[in-house]
Amino acid sequence: MQLLKNIPRERNVMNRLLATTAAALAASAVAAVAQTVYVSNERGNSITIIDHESGEVVEEVPVGQRPRGINLSSDGKTLYILASDDNRVEVMDTETRQVTHHLPSGPDPELGILSPDDKILYVANEDDNLVTAIDVENRSIIAEIPVGIEPEGMGITSDGKTVVNTSETTNMAHFIDTETYEIYANILVDQRPRFAEFTADDSLLYVSAEIGGTVKVIDPSVPEVLHTITFEIPGVPQEAIQPVGVRVTEDGSKVYVALGPSNRVALVNGETWEVEEYFLVGQRVWQLAFTPDEKFLYTTNGISNDVSVIDVENNEVVRSIPVGEQPWGVQIGDH
Amino acid sequence: MHIPTRRALAAGAVALIAAMPAGAQAPGNGEATPVPAAVLRVEPERPRLPLSRLDLPPEDLGFAGARLATEDNRTTGTFLGQDFTLEEVSTSPDEAVATLEELTASGIQFVVTMADADTLLELSDAVADEDVILFNATAPDDRLRGEDCRANVFHTIPSRAMFADALAQFLMVKRWDRWFLVEGSHEADTALADAYRRAAEKFGANIVESRVFEDTGGARRTDAGHVQVQAQMPVFTQRAPEHHVLVAADESEVFGSYLPYHTWDPRPVAGSAGLRPTTWHPAHEAWAGMQMQSRFDRLAERPMRPEDFNVWVALRSIGEAATRTNSTDFASLRDYMLGDEFQLGAFKGVAVSYRQWDNQLRQPILLAHDNMVVSVSPQDQYVHQFSPLDSLGVDEPETTCSF
Repeated sequence: MQLLKNIPRERNVMNRLLATTAAALAASAVAAVAQTVYVSNERGNSITIIDHESGEVVEEVPVGQRPRGINLSSDGKTLYILASDDNRVEVMDTETRQVTHHLPSGPDPELGILSPDDKILYVANEDDNLVTAIDVENRSIIAEIPVGIEPEGMGITSDGKTVVNTSETTNMAHFIDTETYEIYANILVDQRPRFAEFTADDSLLYVSAEIGGTVKVIDPSVPEVLHTITFEIPGVPQEAIQPVGVRVTEDGSKVYVALGPSNRVALVNGETWEVEEYFLVGQRVWQLAFTPDEKFLYTTNGISNDVSVIDVENNEVVRSIPVGEQPWGVQIGDH
Repeated sequence: MHIPTRRALAAGAVALIAAMPAGAQAPGNGEATPVPAAVLRVEPERPRLPLSRLDLPPEDLGFAGARLATEDNRTTGTFLGQDFTLEEVSTSPDEAVATLEELTASGIQFVVTMADADTLLELSDAVADEDVILFNATAPDDRLRGEDCRANVFHTIPSRAMFADALAQFLMVKRWDRWFLVEGSHEADTALADAYRRAAEKFGANIVESRVFEDTGGARRTDAGHVQVQAQMPVFTQRAPEHHVLVAADESEVFGSYLPYHTWDPRPVAGSAGLRPTTWHPAHEAWAGMQMQSRFDRLAERPMRPEDFNVWVALRSIGEAATRTNSTDFASLRDYMLGDEFQLGAFKGVAVSYRQWDNQLRQPILLAHDNMVVSVSPQDQYVHQFSPLDSLGVDEPETTCSF
């Protein structure tokens, strides 16, 4: 703990180099609530905490082994950290930045999603073909749902009644009824689906496929595939375009897709499903998160050990911030 | 709330078929249509023993890969009302054709073969008029993708040319372009050396000298045997022109493993020893390889071998075709596997698929030493108008295969 505290200090030196941009950003940001960014470092076994306004790393907190998916409660006070190699979920109090307790998660938890009321955390157990539902208050497992091989992507409707899980080798999106904990429908998507994201009004579901190189647009009410989004970047081999994280703005108009080793994030029009722009970010971009005001989008760049910040309004990459080793998940809260 | 225990999960997954209400991909009826497949392992009369006892083949070599693939196919099949069955058969070269005919007579149309090139050709010709596809999992011979190619044979093991190109690309990226080629005296060794000669020409390496290490026979393993052969290596590799790397072509496993640390000049060894091109390595973790390794380790209680991967990818190809076509019909599956749409995730970072001109699986090739994967080819520096994967091996314009 003591040793690790030196790391952010060194990084702060680098951050000062970016001070001009940071100052400009700070000036433009409405100085209301502090927005805090949490990044899990898969190899660094830590969570990097960044103050969005200043762009400074506040602290790098050591956590369990191979932290990947992270989920922040809606009040921003609790961070759930899926420590894959420790087979558990670590719970961090974001005020004290201490891990206070663990939740049982089943083996190898990779990605999770919280129910809208913050009471249940659903996690994909990548190594065991299961989705586990965890009661975060009672700290107990309430259901294990068998799904396809290598479950990963997790999405939930705003009423909390349907959880969608994607399985990377079975290549399906499984629709799970959260009352019966049974699968009621399956939709085939492309190779190695990584992420499932509902629009805020639940009318659409986006599922990325890393090896397939596509994002499927699904009407979850049927369910059926409405459209397949494909990507093409001049000078980048098609094989390097590997969609992973997906985030949609509240109004559904803008869909951002992280494209892995192509080092790009695509901006897709939420109505026409045409790609409007590609942003060059760091290397092997994995996951995405908006600031709560949706003015900025953070990307975790797994190989270059940094996060990039995209200005959503002005469509430009405005900053990159060094974090821990192999950043993976990202969540941002108003706290 | 019922929480299934881990042990009960396999049964639980099967029960899903019945429990699942009608949905987008729910089966039309409760009966799962089976897709039967087999692995036919033709045991050579005199099995080639590896030089190191650590490399002795496990009894379930290939079969374990088949079991994992079948399990993977069945899990996916439960969501579609499809089932997959597996026959594991071990036979002799003399009995091979008769055994295959028994399998096909019982209704099996997909057979993964672990056989040498000559046996494979006999097998292929024996079922040429039937709706049967063979998947070659162990014969790297380029002629099977060239003048001796067969329409009913798919290849999941890369050709020697692909293996050689994979290593050549890495050596060229390292600027290690002066090679000292040491080849064995058996036919397979010469064929492998020819692949390295072709790769050198293709990528611009300079083979400064080729030497043949004659196999004088004798027992593989004696108390002092390895000492004796190892002792020959320094002298055998003496006075070679200046080179960056020694490339060993020893498919017959006579001397290659004895080369590292015994070369006259202090140079790294690659090819059949040292840095080796392979389809799979138990240390491979990237691109979710870790999940594949742990599923395999749990099932077979040993590390996964390249042969297991070659069989796995063959059977998964069938499963993937059945999933995508929502069919178990032979012609649909064959056409889909050879079509432009086919792509399969195989824990190598990019989708693998079959080359239509010779039925060869295009795939990344790992370069590994004892305990670690060093690199994966194709190297980024080599581009191709269709797929970087086609920079490995014989490309469409050069093929001598016509079905």
